[in-house]
Amino acid sequence: MRFWNYLFLFLIAGFLLLPLVVVFGVSLNEKQSLTFPPEGFSLAWYGQIFTDPEWRSALFNSLFLAIGSAFLSISIALPLSWFLWRWYAPWANIFRLLGVAPFILPPVITALGFLTFWATSGFYGEPWTAIISHGIFFVTLPLVTTTLGFTSIDRSVIEAASTLGANERTVFRTVIFPLILPYLISGFAFTFVLSLNEYIVAYMSVGFTMETLPIKIFNALRYGYTPTMAAVSFLFVAVAAVIFAVVARFGDLPKLLGNHSGADK
Amino acid sequence: MSQATPQSIKDYGTIVYPALMLLVFFAIPFGIMIAVSFFQRDPAGFYTVDFVWSNYERFLSTFFAKILGFSVGLAVLVSIICTAISFPFTFLLTRLSRPAQVVWLVGILSVLSLSEVIIGFSWSSLFSRTAGLTNILVSLGIMDEAVSLYPSFGAVLTAMVYQALPYTILVLYPSLARFDLSYVEAAKTMGASPFRAFMNVMIPIQRNTIVATLIMVFVFALGSYLLPQILGRPSHWTLSVLITDQAIYQSNMPFAAAMAVFLVLISLALIGLTLLVGKEGGGQK
Repeated sequence: MRFWNYLFLFLIAGFLLLPLVVVFGVSLNEKQSLTFPPEGFSLAWYGQIFTDPEWRSALFNSLFLAIGSAFLSISIALPLSWFLWRWYAPWANIFRLLGVAPFILPPVITALGFLTFWATSGFYGEPWTAIISHGIFFVTLPLVTTTLGFTSIDRSVIEAASTLGANERTVFRTVIFPLILPYLISGFAFTFVLSLNEYIVAYMSVGFTMETLPIKIFNALRYGYTPTMAAVSFLFVAVAAVIFAVVARFGDLPKLLGNHSGADK
Repeated sequence: MSQATPQSIKDYGTIVYPALMLLVFFAIPFGIMIAVSFFQRDPAGFYTVDFVWSNYERFLSTFFAKILGFSVGLAVLVSIICTAISFPFTFLLTRLSRPAQVVWLVGILSVLSLSEVIIGFSWSSLFSRTAGLTNILVSLGIMDEAVSLYPSFGAVLTAMVYQALPYTILVLYPSLARFDLSYVEAAKTMGASPFRAFMNVMIPIQRNTIVATLIMVFVFALGSYLLPQILGRPSHWTLSVLITDQAIYQSNMPFAAAMAVFLVLISLALIGLTLLVGKEGGGQK
Protein backbone atom coordinates (compact mmCIF):
# COMPACT_ATOMS: atom_id res chain seq x y z
CA MET A 1 0.00 0.00 0.00
CA ARG A 2 1.11 3.49 -0.70
CA PHE A 3 2.00 6.26 1.70
CA TRP A 4 -1.26 8.17 1.26
CA ASN A 5 -3.30 5.11 2.10
CA TYR A 6 -1.44 4.64 5.36
CA LEU A 7 -1.77 8.32 6.16
CA PHE A 8 -5.54 8.06 5.66
CA LEU A 9 -5.79 5.00 7.93
CA PHE A 10 -3.64 6.78 10.49
CA LEU A 11 -5.89 9.88 10.45
CA ILE A 12 -9.03 7.79 10.99
CA ALA A 13 -7.35 5.93 13.84
CA GLY A 14 -6.45 9.31 15.35
CA PHE A 15 -10.02 10.56 15.06
CA LEU A 16 -11.38 7.41 16.70
CA LEU A 17 -8.80 7.50 19.49
CA LEU A 18 -8.77 11.25 20.19
CA PRO A 19 -11.68 11.34 22.69
CA LEU A 20 -10.35 8.26 24.46
CA VAL A 21 -6.92 9.84 24.91
CA VAL A 22 -8.45 12.98 26.41
CA VAL A 23 -10.80 11.02 28.66
CA PHE A 24 -7.91 8.88 29.89
CA GLY A 25 -5.80 11.99 30.51
CA VAL A 26 -8.54 13.75 32.42
CA SER A 27 -9.16 10.67 34.57
CA LEU A 28 -5.59 10.89 35.88
CA ASN A 29 -5.88 14.46 37.21
CA GLU A 30 -4.79 14.88 40.77
CA LYS A 31 -7.23 17.66 41.63
CA GLN A 32 -10.94 17.60 40.98
CA SER A 33 -10.72 19.45 37.70
CA LEU A 34 -11.01 18.53 34.07
CA THR A 35 -7.71 19.78 32.75
CA PHE A 36 -5.79 18.29 29.87
CA PRO A 37 -2.94 17.49 29.82
CA PRO A 38 -3.52 16.20 33.39
CA GLU A 39 -2.02 18.06 36.35
CA GLY A 40 -0.30 15.61 38.65
CA PHE A 41 -1.01 11.91 38.59
CA SER A 42 -3.61 10.03 40.59
CA LEU A 43 -5.64 6.87 40.27
CA ALA A 44 -7.99 8.06 43.01
CA TRP A 45 -10.89 8.60 40.59
CA TYR A 46 -10.75 4.96 39.58
CA GLY A 47 -10.83 4.03 43.26
CA GLN A 48 -13.87 6.22 43.76
CA ILE A 49 -15.93 4.09 41.35
CA PHE A 50 -15.62 1.26 43.83
CA THR A 51 -15.62 3.16 47.15
CA ASP A 52 -18.27 5.84 46.56
CA PRO A 53 -21.61 4.16 47.37
CA GLU A 54 -23.45 5.87 44.50
CA TRP A 55 -20.95 4.99 41.80
CA ARG A 56 -20.56 1.50 43.19
CA SER A 57 -24.28 0.84 43.18
CA ALA A 58 -24.49 2.15 39.61
CA LEU A 59 -21.67 -0.21 38.65
CA PHE A 60 -23.44 -3.19 40.21
CA ASN A 61 -26.73 -2.22 38.59
CA SER A 62 -25.04 -2.13 35.21
CA LEU A 63 -23.35 -5.50 35.71
CA PHE A 64 -26.61 -7.04 36.96
CA LEU A 65 -28.42 -5.70 33.91
CA ALA A 66 -25.74 -6.67 31.39
CA ILE A 67 -25.34 -10.25 32.65
CA GLY A 68 -29.08 -10.81 33.06
CA SER A 69 -29.99 -9.45 29.65
CA ALA A 70 -27.16 -11.32 27.90
CA PHE A 71 -28.46 -14.62 29.33
CA LEU A 72 -32.02 -13.71 28.41
CA SER A 73 -31.24 -12.80 24.81
CA ILE A 74 -29.19 -16.00 24.38
CA SER A 75 -32.11 -18.03 25.76
CA ILE A 76 -34.36 -16.52 23.08
CA ALA A 77 -31.90 -16.54 20.17
CA LEU A 78 -30.56 -20.09 20.47
CA PRO A 79 -33.84 -22.07 20.26
CA LEU A 80 -35.18 -19.69 17.61
CA SER A 81 -32.18 -19.95 15.30
CA TRP A 82 -32.01 -23.71 15.93
CA PHE A 83 -35.66 -24.11 14.94
CA LEU A 84 -35.19 -22.04 11.78
CA TRP A 85 -32.17 -24.11 10.83
CA ARG A 86 -33.64 -27.51 11.72
CA TRP A 87 -37.09 -27.16 10.19
CA TYR A 88 -38.44 -25.87 6.96
CA ALA A 89 -41.02 -23.35 8.19
CA PRO A 90 -41.02 -20.07 6.24
CA TRP A 91 -43.72 -18.55 8.48
CA ALA A 92 -41.33 -18.73 11.41
CA ASN A 93 -39.15 -16.10 9.77
CA ILE A 94 -41.61 -13.56 11.13
CA PHE A 95 -39.99 -14.19 14.53
CA ARG A 96 -36.53 -13.62 13.09
CA LEU A 97 -37.86 -10.31 11.78
CA LEU A 98 -39.32 -9.47 15.22
CA GLY A 99 -35.94 -10.25 16.74
CA VAL A 100 -34.04 -7.99 14.34
CA ALA A 101 -36.54 -5.09 14.27
CA PRO A 102 -35.66 -3.42 17.59
CA PHE A 103 -32.06 -3.11 16.46
CA ILE A 104 -32.81 -1.52 13.09
CA LEU A 105 -35.38 1.05 14.22
CA PRO A 106 -34.23 4.14 16.14
CA PRO A 107 -33.83 2.98 19.77
CA VAL A 108 -36.13 5.67 21.14
CA ILE A 109 -39.05 3.79 19.55
CA THR A 110 -38.30 0.50 21.32
CA ALA A 111 -37.65 2.47 24.50
CA LEU A 112 -41.02 4.21 24.31
CA GLY A 113 -42.70 0.88 23.52
CA PHE A 114 -41.29 -0.55 26.74
CA LEU A 115 -42.23 2.55 28.73
CA THR A 116 -45.88 2.33 27.63
CA PHE A 117 -45.89 -1.44 28.16
CA TRP A 118 -44.47 -1.40 31.71
CA ALA A 119 -46.65 1.58 32.63
CA THR A 120 -49.78 -0.15 31.29
CA SER A 121 -49.03 -3.46 32.96
CA GLY A 122 -48.24 -1.78 36.27
CA PHE A 123 -44.69 -3.12 36.56
CA TYR A 124 -43.00 0.20 35.83
CA GLY A 125 -39.96 0.67 38.05
CA GLU A 126 -39.23 -2.98 38.83
CA PRO A 127 -35.52 -3.77 38.24
CA TRP A 128 -36.28 -6.99 36.32
CA THR A 129 -38.20 -5.05 33.67
CA ALA A 130 -34.86 -3.56 32.59
CA ILE A 131 -33.44 -7.05 32.06
CA ILE A 132 -36.37 -8.05 29.89
CA SER A 133 -36.20 -4.76 27.97
CA HIS A 134 -32.50 -5.14 27.24
CA GLY A 135 -32.80 -8.87 26.59
CA ILE A 136 -35.37 -8.19 23.86
CA PHE A 137 -33.66 -5.06 22.56
CA PHE A 138 -30.33 -6.85 22.02
CA VAL A 139 -31.67 -10.26 20.93
CA THR A 140 -30.58 -9.32 17.41
CA LEU A 141 -26.91 -9.81 18.26
CA PRO A 142 -26.95 -13.45 19.43
CA LEU A 143 -29.62 -14.14 16.79
CA VAL A 144 -27.23 -13.01 14.06
CA THR A 145 -24.20 -14.82 15.47
CA THR A 146 -26.01 -18.12 16.15
CA THR A 147 -27.72 -18.04 12.74
CA LEU A 148 -24.27 -17.62 11.21
CA GLY A 149 -23.04 -20.50 13.36
CA PHE A 150 -25.82 -22.84 12.22
CA THR A 151 -25.31 -22.03 8.53
CA SER A 152 -21.63 -22.93 8.89
CA ILE A 153 -22.49 -26.45 10.16
CA ASP A 154 -22.10 -29.11 7.50
CA ARG A 155 -25.38 -31.02 7.48
CA SER A 156 -23.68 -34.24 6.41
CA VAL A 157 -21.95 -34.36 9.81
CA ILE A 158 -25.37 -34.41 11.46
CA GLU A 159 -26.49 -37.06 8.97
CA ALA A 160 -23.50 -39.20 9.90
CA ALA A 161 -24.22 -38.87 13.61
CA SER A 162 -27.85 -39.93 13.26
CA THR A 163 -26.91 -42.79 10.92
CA LEU A 164 -24.65 -44.03 13.68
CA GLY A 165 -27.66 -44.13 15.99
CA ALA A 166 -27.56 -40.83 17.87
CA ASN A 167 -30.97 -39.42 18.65
CA GLU A 168 -31.82 -35.74 18.19
CA ARG A 169 -30.92 -34.81 21.75
CA THR A 170 -27.56 -36.55 21.60
CA VAL A 171 -26.77 -34.97 18.24
CA PHE A 172 -27.49 -31.54 19.67
CA ARG A 173 -25.44 -32.14 22.80
CA THR A 174 -22.41 -33.80 21.22
CA VAL A 175 -22.22 -32.32 17.71
CA ILE A 176 -24.25 -29.13 17.29
CA PHE A 177 -23.65 -27.50 20.66
CA PRO A 178 -19.83 -27.66 20.54
CA LEU A 179 -19.87 -26.27 16.99
CA ILE A 180 -22.22 -23.44 17.93
CA LEU A 181 -20.56 -22.56 21.24
CA PRO A 182 -18.08 -19.93 19.92
CA TYR A 183 -20.96 -18.11 18.19
CA LEU A 184 -23.01 -18.32 21.37
CA ILE A 185 -20.19 -16.85 23.42
CA SER A 186 -19.62 -13.99 21.00
CA GLY A 187 -23.37 -13.26 20.95
CA PHE A 188 -23.24 -13.15 24.75
CA ALA A 189 -20.20 -10.87 24.68
CA PHE A 190 -21.76 -8.43 22.20
CA THR A 191 -24.96 -8.21 24.25
CA PHE A 192 -23.07 -7.82 27.52
CA VAL A 193 -20.90 -4.95 26.26
CA LEU A 194 -23.69 -3.09 24.50
CA SER A 195 -26.06 -3.49 27.44
CA LEU A 196 -23.38 -2.12 29.78
CA ASN A 197 -23.29 1.06 27.70
CA GLU A 198 -26.93 1.43 26.70
CA TYR A 199 -28.78 4.50 27.93
CA ILE A 200 -32.19 5.21 26.42
CA VAL A 201 -33.92 1.84 26.79
CA ALA A 202 -32.65 1.43 30.35
CA TYR A 203 -33.60 4.99 31.22
CA MET A 204 -37.10 4.79 29.78
CA SER A 205 -37.91 1.40 31.30
CA VAL A 206 -36.42 1.73 34.77
CA GLY A 207 -34.34 4.94 34.93
CA PHE A 208 -35.82 6.50 38.04
CA THR A 209 -35.55 3.48 40.30
CA MET A 210 -32.39 1.80 39.01
CA GLU A 211 -29.50 4.03 38.08
CA THR A 212 -27.07 2.26 35.73
CA LEU A 213 -23.64 3.75 34.98
CA PRO A 214 -24.61 5.54 31.73
CA ILE A 215 -27.66 7.01 33.50
CA LYS A 216 -25.49 7.99 36.47
CA ILE A 217 -22.96 9.68 34.16
CA PHE A 218 -25.68 11.60 32.34
CA ASN A 219 -27.33 12.70 35.59
CA ALA A 220 -23.92 13.74 36.95
CA LEU A 221 -23.27 15.79 33.76
CA ARG A 222 -26.00 18.21 34.80
CA TYR A 223 -24.27 19.05 38.07
CA GLY A 224 -20.89 19.61 36.47
CA TYR A 225 -18.08 17.36 35.45
CA THR A 226 -15.97 15.22 37.73
CA PRO A 227 -12.89 13.15 36.85
CA THR A 228 -14.79 10.07 38.10
CA MET A 229 -16.91 10.27 34.96
CA ALA A 230 -13.76 10.17 32.88
CA ALA A 231 -12.47 7.22 34.88
CA VAL A 232 -15.72 5.28 34.40
CA SER A 233 -15.76 6.11 30.69
CA PHE A 234 -12.23 4.88 30.19
CA LEU A 235 -12.89 1.75 32.24
CA PHE A 236 -15.84 0.97 29.96
CA VAL A 237 -13.78 1.26 26.78
CA ALA A 238 -11.08 -0.90 28.30
CA VAL A 239 -13.62 -3.59 29.29
CA ALA A 240 -15.14 -3.54 25.79
CA ALA A 241 -11.72 -3.79 24.12
CA VAL A 242 -10.70 -6.72 26.34
CA ILE A 243 -13.95 -8.60 25.70
CA PHE A 244 -13.76 -8.13 21.92
CA ALA A 245 -10.09 -9.13 21.95
CA VAL A 246 -11.06 -12.34 23.77
CA VAL A 247 -13.81 -12.97 21.22
CA ALA A 248 -11.24 -12.44 18.45
CA ARG A 249 -8.80 -14.81 20.19
CA PHE A 250 -11.28 -17.68 20.38
CA GLY A 251 -13.42 -16.98 17.36
CA ASP A 252 -13.07 -15.65 13.83
CA LEU A 253 -13.93 -11.97 14.27
CA PRO A 254 -13.79 -10.99 10.57
CA LYS A 255 -16.12 -13.89 9.76
CA LEU A 256 -18.51 -12.94 12.58
CA LEU A 257 -18.71 -9.48 11.05
CA GLY A 258 -19.45 -10.81 7.58
CA ASN A 259 -16.06 -11.31 5.92
CA HIS A 260 -16.48 -14.75 4.39
CA SER A 261 -13.37 -14.68 2.25
CA GLY A 262 -10.70 -17.24 3.09
CA ALA A 263 -8.80 -17.05 6.35
CA ASP A 264 -5.45 -17.24 4.55
CA LYS A 265 -5.33 -13.66 3.32
CA MET B 1 -31.19 -34.80 8.73
CA SER B 2 -32.25 -32.46 5.99
CA GLN B 3 -34.75 -29.68 6.49
CA ALA B 4 -38.30 -31.01 6.79
CA THR B 5 -41.62 -29.43 7.67
CA PRO B 6 -42.44 -29.90 11.35
CA GLN B 7 -44.61 -33.02 11.74
CA SER B 8 -45.88 -33.25 15.28
CA ILE B 9 -46.69 -30.75 18.02
CA LYS B 10 -43.43 -31.80 19.68
CA ASP B 11 -41.43 -30.43 16.75
CA TYR B 12 -42.72 -26.95 17.47
CA GLY B 13 -41.48 -27.19 21.06
CA THR B 14 -38.33 -25.14 20.70
CA ILE B 15 -39.93 -22.16 19.04
CA VAL B 16 -42.70 -21.70 21.62
CA TYR B 17 -40.60 -19.87 24.20
CA PRO B 18 -38.73 -17.47 21.85
CA ALA B 19 -41.92 -16.76 19.91
CA LEU B 20 -43.84 -15.99 23.11
CA MET B 21 -41.09 -13.74 24.42
CA LEU B 22 -40.91 -11.74 21.20
CA LEU B 23 -44.67 -11.46 20.90
CA VAL B 24 -45.32 -10.51 24.52
CA PHE B 25 -42.35 -8.20 25.00
CA PHE B 26 -41.88 -6.70 21.56
CA ALA B 27 -44.99 -7.03 19.38
CA ILE B 28 -47.43 -6.19 22.20
CA PRO B 29 -45.51 -3.17 23.55
CA PHE B 30 -45.27 -1.93 19.98
CA GLY B 31 -49.01 -2.40 19.52
CA ILE B 32 -49.77 -0.65 22.81
CA MET B 33 -47.59 2.25 21.75
CA ILE B 34 -49.54 2.62 18.51
CA ALA B 35 -52.82 2.44 20.45
CA VAL B 36 -51.62 5.03 22.99
CA SER B 37 -50.88 7.46 20.16
CA PHE B 38 -54.67 7.74 19.72
CA PHE B 39 -55.42 8.12 23.43
CA GLN B 40 -56.00 11.26 25.47
CA ARG B 41 -53.39 12.64 27.77
CA ASP B 42 -54.10 12.29 31.48
CA PRO B 43 -51.93 14.82 33.32
CA ALA B 44 -52.34 12.90 36.59
CA GLY B 45 -51.49 9.45 35.28
CA PHE B 46 -50.29 8.16 31.95
CA TYR B 47 -53.29 8.38 29.59
CA THR B 48 -57.02 7.75 29.23
CA VAL B 49 -58.37 5.40 26.59
CA ASP B 50 -59.94 7.22 23.66
CA PHE B 51 -59.66 7.55 19.90
CA VAL B 52 -58.51 10.98 18.78
CA TRP B 53 -56.32 12.29 15.99
CA SER B 54 -55.28 15.36 17.95
CA ASN B 55 -51.83 13.98 18.85
CA TYR B 56 -51.04 13.63 15.19
CA GLU B 57 -52.61 16.99 14.35
CA ARG B 58 -50.48 18.68 16.96
CA PHE B 59 -47.42 17.08 15.46
CA LEU B 60 -48.20 18.56 12.06
CA SER B 61 -47.54 22.10 13.25
CA THR B 62 -44.77 24.39 12.01
CA PHE B 63 -42.82 24.00 15.26
CA PHE B 64 -42.56 20.24 14.90
CA ALA B 65 -42.14 20.45 11.16
CA LYS B 66 -39.02 22.51 11.82
CA ILE B 67 -37.67 19.95 14.28
CA LEU B 68 -38.43 17.12 11.89
CA GLY B 69 -36.72 19.05 9.09
CA PHE B 70 -33.68 19.65 11.28
CA SER B 71 -33.49 15.99 12.42
CA VAL B 72 -33.73 14.72 8.85
CA GLY B 73 -31.22 17.27 7.54
CA LEU B 74 -28.74 16.43 10.29
CA ALA B 75 -29.11 12.68 9.69
CA VAL B 76 -28.62 13.17 5.92
CA LEU B 77 -25.46 15.17 6.52
CA VAL B 78 -24.09 12.58 8.97
CA SER B 79 -24.81 9.69 6.61
CA ILE B 80 -23.14 11.43 3.63
CA ILE B 81 -20.02 12.38 5.61
CA CYS B 82 -19.73 8.92 7.22
CA THR B 83 -20.18 7.04 3.95
CA ALA B 84 -17.71 9.30 2.13
CA ILE B 85 -15.06 8.62 4.78
CA SER B 86 -15.89 4.98 5.45
CA PHE B 87 -16.02 3.70 1.90
CA PRO B 88 -12.34 4.24 1.05
CA PHE B 89 -11.40 3.45 4.66
CA THR B 90 -13.22 0.11 4.74
CA PHE B 91 -11.84 -0.78 1.33
CA LEU B 92 -8.28 -0.24 2.60
CA LEU B 93 -9.16 -2.14 5.77
CA THR B 94 -10.27 -5.24 3.85
CA ARG B 95 -6.95 -5.22 1.94
CA LEU B 96 -4.92 -5.46 5.15
CA SER B 97 -3.68 -8.80 6.46
CA ARG B 98 -6.16 -10.82 8.51
CA PRO B 99 -4.40 -10.22 11.87
CA ALA B 100 -4.24 -6.47 11.16
CA GLN B 101 -7.94 -6.49 10.32
CA VAL B 102 -8.68 -8.17 13.65
CA VAL B 103 -6.85 -5.41 15.57
CA TRP B 104 -8.77 -2.71 13.70
CA LEU B 105 -12.08 -4.52 14.21
CA VAL B 106 -11.55 -4.85 17.97
CA GLY B 107 -10.92 -1.11 18.13
CA ILE B 108 -13.89 -0.26 15.93
CA LEU B 109 -16.21 -2.51 17.96
CA SER B 110 -15.01 -0.90 21.17
CA VAL B 111 -15.79 2.58 19.84
CA LEU B 112 -19.11 1.31 18.48
CA SER B 113 -20.12 0.03 21.90
CA LEU B 114 -19.38 3.37 23.58
CA SER B 115 -22.41 4.81 25.25
CA GLU B 116 -23.80 7.95 23.66
CA VAL B 117 -23.36 9.49 27.11
CA ILE B 118 -19.64 8.76 27.05
CA ILE B 119 -19.23 10.02 23.48
CA GLY B 120 -21.04 13.22 24.47
CA PHE B 121 -18.92 13.58 27.58
CA SER B 122 -15.59 13.06 25.78
CA TRP B 123 -16.41 15.45 22.94
CA SER B 124 -17.62 18.05 25.40
CA SER B 125 -14.17 17.76 27.01
CA LEU B 126 -12.47 18.06 23.63
CA PHE B 127 -14.52 21.14 22.79
CA SER B 128 -14.13 22.69 26.24
CA ARG B 129 -11.90 25.58 27.17
CA THR B 130 -9.98 23.78 29.93
CA ALA B 131 -9.30 20.36 28.39
CA GLY B 132 -10.02 21.12 24.77
CA LEU B 133 -8.47 21.12 21.34
CA THR B 134 -8.03 24.89 21.27
CA ASN B 135 -5.31 24.52 23.94
CA ILE B 136 -3.20 22.74 21.35
CA LEU B 137 -3.72 25.60 18.90
CA VAL B 138 -2.72 28.06 21.61
CA SER B 139 0.49 26.16 22.40
CA LEU B 140 1.29 26.08 18.68
CA GLY B 141 0.83 29.84 18.59
CA ILE B 142 -2.07 29.71 16.12
CA MET B 143 -4.61 31.05 18.62
CA ASP B 144 -4.21 33.60 21.38
CA GLU B 145 -6.60 32.19 23.92
CA ALA B 146 -8.39 28.87 24.46
CA VAL B 147 -12.11 29.03 23.76
CA SER B 148 -15.08 26.76 24.19
CA LEU B 149 -16.35 25.31 20.90
CA TYR B 150 -19.70 24.15 22.19
CA PRO B 151 -22.68 24.32 22.30
CA SER B 152 -22.73 24.56 18.52
CA PHE B 153 -23.97 22.78 15.44
CA GLY B 154 -20.40 21.80 14.51
CA ALA B 155 -19.95 20.08 17.87
CA VAL B 156 -23.16 18.08 17.44
CA LEU B 157 -22.21 17.12 13.90
CA THR B 158 -18.66 16.03 14.81
CA ALA B 159 -19.85 13.86 17.69
CA MET B 160 -22.61 12.29 15.59
CA VAL B 161 -20.15 11.47 12.80
CA TYR B 162 -17.92 9.94 15.47
CA GLN B 163 -20.80 7.86 16.79
CA ALA B 164 -21.95 6.67 13.35
CA LEU B 165 -18.53 6.05 11.79
CA PRO B 166 -17.85 2.60 13.35
CA TYR B 167 -21.39 1.57 12.45
CA THR B 168 -20.88 2.69 8.83
CA ILE B 169 -17.61 0.78 8.58
CA LEU B 170 -19.23 -2.42 9.86
CA VAL B 171 -22.17 -2.04 7.45
CA LEU B 172 -19.79 -1.70 4.50
CA TYR B 173 -17.33 -4.33 5.67
CA PRO B 174 -19.03 -7.56 4.47
CA SER B 175 -19.65 -6.44 0.89
CA LEU B 176 -16.25 -4.77 0.46
CA ALA B 177 -14.51 -7.83 1.92
CA ARG B 178 -16.17 -10.02 -0.70
CA PHE B 179 -15.49 -7.61 -3.54
CA ASP B 180 -13.67 -9.18 -6.46
CA LEU B 181 -10.61 -7.06 -7.14
CA SER B 182 -10.11 -8.31 -10.70
CA TYR B 183 -12.23 -5.47 -12.13
CA VAL B 184 -9.94 -2.89 -10.58
CA GLU B 185 -6.88 -4.89 -11.66
CA ALA B 186 -8.19 -4.94 -15.22
CA ALA B 187 -8.63 -1.18 -15.20
CA LYS B 188 -5.11 -0.74 -13.86
CA THR B 189 -3.69 -3.06 -16.50
CA MET B 190 -5.34 -0.92 -19.12
CA GLY B 191 -3.52 2.09 -17.77
CA ALA B 192 -5.86 3.70 -15.23
CA SER B 193 -4.26 5.20 -12.14
CA PRO B 194 -5.28 3.55 -8.83
CA PHE B 195 -7.37 6.62 -8.00
CA ARG B 196 -9.17 6.58 -11.34
CA ALA B 197 -9.72 2.83 -11.15
CA PHE B 198 -11.26 3.35 -7.72
CA MET B 199 -13.51 6.21 -8.81
CA ASN B 200 -14.56 4.92 -12.24
CA VAL B 201 -14.74 1.15 -11.65
CA MET B 202 -15.07 0.42 -7.94
CA ILE B 203 -17.64 3.08 -7.04
CA PRO B 204 -20.07 2.42 -9.93
CA ILE B 205 -19.98 -1.33 -9.23
CA GLN B 206 -20.67 -0.73 -5.55
CA ARG B 207 -23.41 1.82 -6.21
CA ASN B 208 -26.15 -0.22 -4.54
CA THR B 209 -24.01 -0.95 -1.50
CA ILE B 210 -23.35 2.77 -1.14
CA VAL B 211 -27.03 3.69 -1.40
CA ALA B 212 -27.97 1.01 1.12
CA THR B 213 -25.27 2.22 3.51
CA LEU B 214 -26.42 5.84 3.20
CA ILE B 215 -29.94 4.83 4.18
CA MET B 216 -28.88 2.54 7.06
CA VAL B 217 -26.65 5.25 8.54
CA PHE B 218 -29.42 7.78 8.06
CA VAL B 219 -31.80 5.68 10.16
CA PHE B 220 -29.04 5.13 12.74
CA ALA B 221 -28.31 8.87 12.96
CA LEU B 222 -32.02 9.63 13.24
CA GLY B 223 -31.92 7.74 16.54
CA SER B 224 -29.37 10.05 18.15
CA TYR B 225 -30.90 11.70 21.20
CA LEU B 226 -28.24 12.59 23.75
CA LEU B 227 -25.53 14.25 21.67
CA PRO B 228 -27.77 17.15 20.54
CA GLN B 229 -28.69 17.67 24.21
CA ILE B 230 -25.15 17.60 25.54
CA LEU B 231 -23.37 19.45 22.72
CA GLY B 232 -26.07 21.57 21.10
CA ARG B 233 -28.48 24.36 21.88
CA PRO B 234 -32.21 23.68 22.19
CA SER B 235 -32.50 24.68 18.52
CA HIS B 236 -30.36 21.62 17.70
CA TRP B 237 -32.67 19.16 19.40
CA THR B 238 -33.88 16.27 17.29
CA LEU B 239 -37.12 14.34 17.14
CA SER B 240 -35.70 11.62 19.42
CA VAL B 241 -34.93 14.23 22.09
CA LEU B 242 -38.45 15.59 21.81
CA ILE B 243 -40.03 12.16 22.10
CA THR B 244 -38.07 11.46 25.30
CA ASP B 245 -38.89 14.92 26.62
CA GLN B 246 -42.63 14.54 26.00
CA ALA B 247 -42.76 11.01 27.42
CA ILE B 248 -40.76 11.61 30.58
CA TYR B 249 -40.73 15.29 31.52
CA GLN B 250 -44.06 16.45 30.08
CA SER B 251 -45.76 13.09 30.89
CA ASN B 252 -47.55 13.31 27.56
CA MET B 253 -47.33 9.69 26.45
CA PRO B 254 -49.97 9.91 23.71
CA PHE B 255 -48.13 12.75 21.99
CA ALA B 256 -44.75 11.03 22.40
CA ALA B 257 -46.26 7.84 20.97
CA ALA B 258 -47.68 9.70 17.97
CA MET B 259 -44.23 11.12 17.18
CA ALA B 260 -42.67 7.68 17.63
CA VAL B 261 -45.18 6.11 15.24
CA PHE B 262 -44.29 8.78 12.71
CA LEU B 263 -40.58 8.03 13.19
CA VAL B 264 -41.29 4.31 12.68
CA LEU B 265 -43.06 5.07 9.39
CA ILE B 266 -40.11 7.14 8.10
CA SER B 267 -37.63 4.45 9.15
CA LEU B 268 -39.66 1.59 7.68
CA ALA B 269 -40.09 3.43 4.39
CA LEU B 270 -36.33 3.93 4.18
CA ILE B 271 -35.50 0.36 5.19
CA GLY B 272 -37.94 -0.85 2.54
CA LEU B 273 -36.12 1.31 0.03
CA THR B 274 -32.80 -0.28 1.07
CA LEU B 275 -34.17 -3.77 0.48
CA LEU B 276 -35.49 -2.70 -2.90
CA VAL B 277 -32.12 -1.24 -3.90
CA GLY B 278 -30.37 -4.39 -2.67
CA LYS B 279 -32.66 -6.67 -4.69
CA GLU B 280 -32.34 -4.83 -7.97
CA GLY B 281 -28.59 -4.61 -7.75
CA GLY B 282 -26.39 -6.94 -9.72
CA GLY B 283 -22.69 -6.21 -9.60
CA GLN B 284 -21.84 -7.71 -6.24
CA LYS B 285 -22.88 -11.07 -5.00
